[in-house]
Amino acid sequence: MSWFKRTVRNILTDTEDKKDIQAGLWIKCENCKQILYQAELQRNYHVCYKCNYHFRVPANTYVDLLLDENDRQPRFTNVKPADPLQFKAQKKYSDQLTTAQKKTGSNDAVKVFEGHSSGIPVVLAVMDFSFIGGSMGSVVGELIARATDLARETRKPLIIVSASGGARMMEGSYSLMQMAKTAAKLGQLGDAGIPYISLMTDPTTGGVTASFAMLGDVNMAEPGALIGFAGQRVIKQTIGADLPEGFQRAEFLLEKGFLDLIVPRKELKQKIHEILSILHVPA
Amino acid sequence: MAKAVLDFEKPIFALEQKIREMEIMSTQTEVDMTPEIEKLKEKLTELAHKTNKNLTRWQRVELARHPDRPHSKDYIDRIATRWTELHGDRLFRDDHAILTGLAMIGDQRVVIVAQEKGRSTKEKLYHNFGMPNPEGYRKAMRTMQMAEKFHLPVISLIDTQGAYPGLEAEERGQAEAIARNLLIMSKLRVPIICVVIGEGASGGALGIGVGDRLLMMENTWYSVITPEGCASILYRDANQKEKAAEAMKLSAQDLLDMKIADKIIHEPLGGAHRDYDAAAKSLEIVLTEEIKKLAVLDEDELVNTRIEKLSRIGVWEE
Repeated sequence: MSWFKRTVRNILTDTEDKKDIQAGLWIKCENCKQILYQAELQRNYHVCYKCNYHFRVPANTYVDLLLDENDRQPRFTNVKPADPLQFKAQKKYSDQLTTAQKKTGSNDAVKVFEGHSSGIPVVLAVMDFSFIGGSMGSVVGELIARATDLARETRKPLIIVSASGGARMMEGSYSLMQMAKTAAKLGQLGDAGIPYISLMTDPTTGGVTASFAMLGDVNMAEPGALIGFAGQRVIKQTIGADLPEGFQRAEFLLEKGFLDLIVPRKELKQKIHEILSILHVPA
Repeated sequence: MAKAVLDFEKPIFALEQKIREMEIMSTQTEVDMTPEIEKLKEKLTELAHKTNKNLTRWQRVELARHPDRPHSKDYIDRIATRWTELHGDRLFRDDHAILTGLAMIGDQRVVIVAQEKGRSTKEKLYHNFGMPNPEGYRKAMRTMQMAEKFHLPVISLIDTQGAYPGLEAEERGQAEAIARNLLIMSKLRVPIICVVIGEGASGGALGIGVGDRLLMMENTWYSVITPEGCASILYRDANQKEKAAEAMKLSAQDLLDMKIADKIIHEPLGGAHRDYDAAAKSLEIVLTEEIKKLAVLDEDELVNTRIEKLSRIGVWEE
């Protein structure tokens, strides 16, 4: 029995394992530890109705949240990942892909849609953290690139919802180069005068943050989202000290000047509409 | 010149030592040992070639990190004239992990952007071991935009284990600084030639690495993360770095095969650290050639070709 009980979640504690979405009638809030009624939580967009903690949600939730009903055209659904390096570490990459595809029902960690958001035609790309940590390999890079091209060609605003651990190591330098590819495409989109809204959700880190996620005309994030370049464990090892509370959280980035705004989940659609209605006049 | 010796270099060094001893003996005793010495020299060349050919990916990584390996400054000293270093990002401070400046290479006027690791302990600390902070990327961006303004090609020398993973680096937007450079470089209206001269790890390398050409010195590597980083994440054991290096396929030849690198620049036998001048000459010849080739393209063609090349990178099924 220890004398002192640690109540504050400290980053000295190992990063908790992947926070998958839990099933069941009741669920404990990861933040305030209150017991929540699933149905009520769902009605509240998977935001804790006691403490406003934003649960991680699957990619489809953002599609439902942001796009008008009955008008969601999936694009580039035939693009599938390969295993160019025949990569094997503790697990075979090809097996990891199969497992992730079965688990999520998606080909890879991003989905692209054409549709309308509050009546404005848009191209939407949504990342899925539950697919190998939302990592960016060739397919994610290619789909972000194609979504950007589509937005430019159709002159529709681009919205990308990021959730990622960074570049996918199992595709080596192919993954790294996707950062350059996506940034280059966004450069072209910007030159064409089409707005791009980057929405960062929990977590957005590594090569995704250091490429398309940080390049929005408007960078927005959900409350509390972890956003950064280097991982917290690595930073802690480098500086040999604990990290301040709230480090690399959305509120921290807002204060440091890297986000334009933080928007609660239930207000996202409305806020995006307000912004687009000023930046963009549909053709 | 070489002081540090890697394991696989030891037989070569032993043989060289033997040749030197025989040569000394030969002059001292006036016994003609020329035939024996010649034979040993042949054997040495053969051994060096064989060693070079059979290097594992991890051994290439070791060569890329060789304590005596030439760094950016060593190359700049040898290939650049009228070098004027330009300091500072005009926003926060001067980052010493990235050097930028004006120079001539042959008869070409250029802007050089280069990661520098430093050699002595003092220099290493000064250059932060070649790990840039956001201000380094912003300084590079500033000078590259200056290159655009004055129609000068950009030469980017890459040698880093990654962007600095520090607390202040995050506060000042490491991710934003790198992302911004990727975008700016992708559409810069002057030629950009990137050369990996040592190590190229992750966004930290790519942050000054988008261009019309990616050249790699023979004993260098370039990938999404260091072998140690990959090993500690995917094998949960940093000691599996050799396996990780193999799995990631990070050598110059690998990147050439993937059509990410455009050319391999040959190094003197045994590695660039064995002969700085020869390595620098090799680099200078290729740079001069490539600058000339790119100079004839008009700006639109240059940028479009660059973006098209980036667009093709990746492997997927459809």
